[in-house]
Amino acid sequence: MARNVTTSRKSINTIAAGALGFLMFFPVLWIVILSFKTEGNAIKAPLEILLNTGWTTESYGAVQARSNYFKHFSNSLIISLGSTFLGMLIAIPAAWSMAFVPAKRTKNVLMWMLSTKMLPPVGVLIPIYLIFRDLGILDTRTGLVIVLMLINLPIIVWMLYTYFREIPGEILEAARMDGASLREEVIHVLVPMAIPGMASTVLLNVILAWNEAFWTLNLTAAKAAPLTAFIASYSSPEGLFYAKLSAASVMAIAPILIMGWFSQKQLVRGLTFGAVK
Amino acid sequence: MGHIQLKGVEKCFGDVMVIPPLDLEIEDGEFVVFVGPSGCGKSTLLRLIAGLEDVTEGTVEIDGHDATELPPAKRGLAMVFQSYALYPHMSVRRNIAFPMKMARIPQEEQERRISEAARVLNLTDYLDRRPGQLSGGQRQRVAIGRAIVREPAAFLFDEPLSNLDAALRVGMRLEISELHKRLATTMIYVTHDQVEAMTMADKIVVLQAGVIEQVGSPLELYRAPQNLFVAGFIGSPKMNFVDGTEAAKHNAHTIGIRPEHIDVSAESGEWTGIVGVSEHLGSDTYFRVSVDGFAEPLTVRAGGEVDLHYGDTIHLTPNLDQLHRFDAAATRLA
Repeated sequence: MARNVTTSRKSINTIAAGALGFLMFFPVLWIVILSFKTEGNAIKAPLEILLNTGWTTESYGAVQARSNYFKHFSNSLIISLGSTFLGMLIAIPAAWSMAFVPAKRTKNVLMWMLSTKMLPPVGVLIPIYLIFRDLGILDTRTGLVIVLMLINLPIIVWMLYTYFREIPGEILEAARMDGASLREEVIHVLVPMAIPGMASTVLLNVILAWNEAFWTLNLTAAKAAPLTAFIASYSSPEGLFYAKLSAASVMAIAPILIMGWFSQKQLVRGLTFGAVK
Repeated sequence: MGHIQLKGVEKCFGDVMVIPPLDLEIEDGEFVVFVGPSGCGKSTLLRLIAGLEDVTEGTVEIDGHDATELPPAKRGLAMVFQSYALYPHMSVRRNIAFPMKMARIPQEEQERRISEAARVLNLTDYLDRRPGQLSGGQRQRVAIGRAIVREPAAFLFDEPLSNLDAALRVGMRLEISELHKRLATTMIYVTHDQVEAMTMADKIVVLQAGVIEQVGSPLELYRAPQNLFVAGFIGSPKMNFVDGTEAAKHNAHTIGIRPEHIDVSAESGEWTGIVGVSEHLGSDTYFRVSVDGFAEPLTVRAGGEVDLHYGDTIHLTPNLDQLHRFDAAATRLA
């Protein structure tokens, strides 16, 4: 009897979780569906759209004809990879020293870095805009790489710090006892042990930078505009074009979705690192 | 060779002095155990010898050379950690090979030493596994293997058995003693477990609050503890201490008598007491006995099959040859 109860409860939970998951996924699914409809069909009632309208790829053609997807795509790619790479370059030594040679105020420094994330970005938009204008890096990929690196730097440092802290000090001491120099200790012991953590940090930050919309929209016009600006251009004063907006959105999120899909194991492991042992 | 000498070694963490200046000599080939309660500085002392901590004052000499400023890698010592500290991303073979790789030892020689160590430690079948796939005892053996292949001047063990379960601990204890007999290399072993200290050591160093309380062979410490701390720490179960008039009869501030040095009789004896809880170990039985006029109940050893029960009245007679006398400063009286 007891077993029956558990089984039925289990199936109820499974159904509930499935329904919740579907609910969360639904907006994305709906965007995909709309992107394969004509503009006329895309504004009909939902049930009618599902049951009585045909499928077409014309929106994708129209989007590609109006704006150069690959230019935006390459901008997004350069900005997200560039800012993550630069961020890692700065964050690795920072997290390293905080994790392995902590000072009295290391915790305060970490909190201070995190506190910058609590600031509403729009609060510093004007000064940053003016600085960018004066430096002549408005609407440049360099400018965006710098600003996104700065935005994500606290997260990168925090994540790496947590991963490095998880590496037991005794293992590093063992390497030292085993005759390894600092360089050998880093190459043979530390880096191999930190790689999973560093990989998930890179993945998460590429995703964050790829999806970042506030700064990318406000600091670009045409030349450096990434995919976020590409999507935004379809909710324009000319009117809403649901099908094209959806097609543009699908094109923008597809690459990161595919990357996320293939790296989900790594991501989940990275994000729950330390929580689950 | 593995002759280690500490001269006036002192360690402070910030303003806190963990180890006041101390001198200690460890002879080549000796099995020395540092024992003491948690926080007594025994691990710190080991880490000072290893070079993982810098001494604040004083010198560490290894085989007559001043090693105080040498990094751990250059001291020629091998260490086995409590957490085993194996490299999780390497196979057992590569773990054991690591120190030899660092020392640039030729490949064939590495192979020879690995198979030799694996044979000695029963690890031959596990060489290609990762540490994560091994049991606690096997991991500890890998850690020991990694230490052996270096052919170090001395082995340093930092509470190596405390993560193992009781049965395994006894087995590993024997294996380490065996290893010491075979290699005849200096071993320094840190533990808080006085049973490990008694069973393994040639020489025990009892530490409390960074101070060496006594140095001696296990039986020396058992027979003639220099102060109350050592008397209470060495021996299991603990020595009984009695203050007051009973001690005054023996011209001492405190007298100590071990549970195994008290004769139990149903008819007559020097002290009379009531039997409290008992622990039956099969070979022996330990009784807690409340004696009239004593502040603390005594622990008394009797035979395994003795017929005494809770609430019985019994008579106790201390074996006067085995009575330890201490003065008011807790120091042994001759």
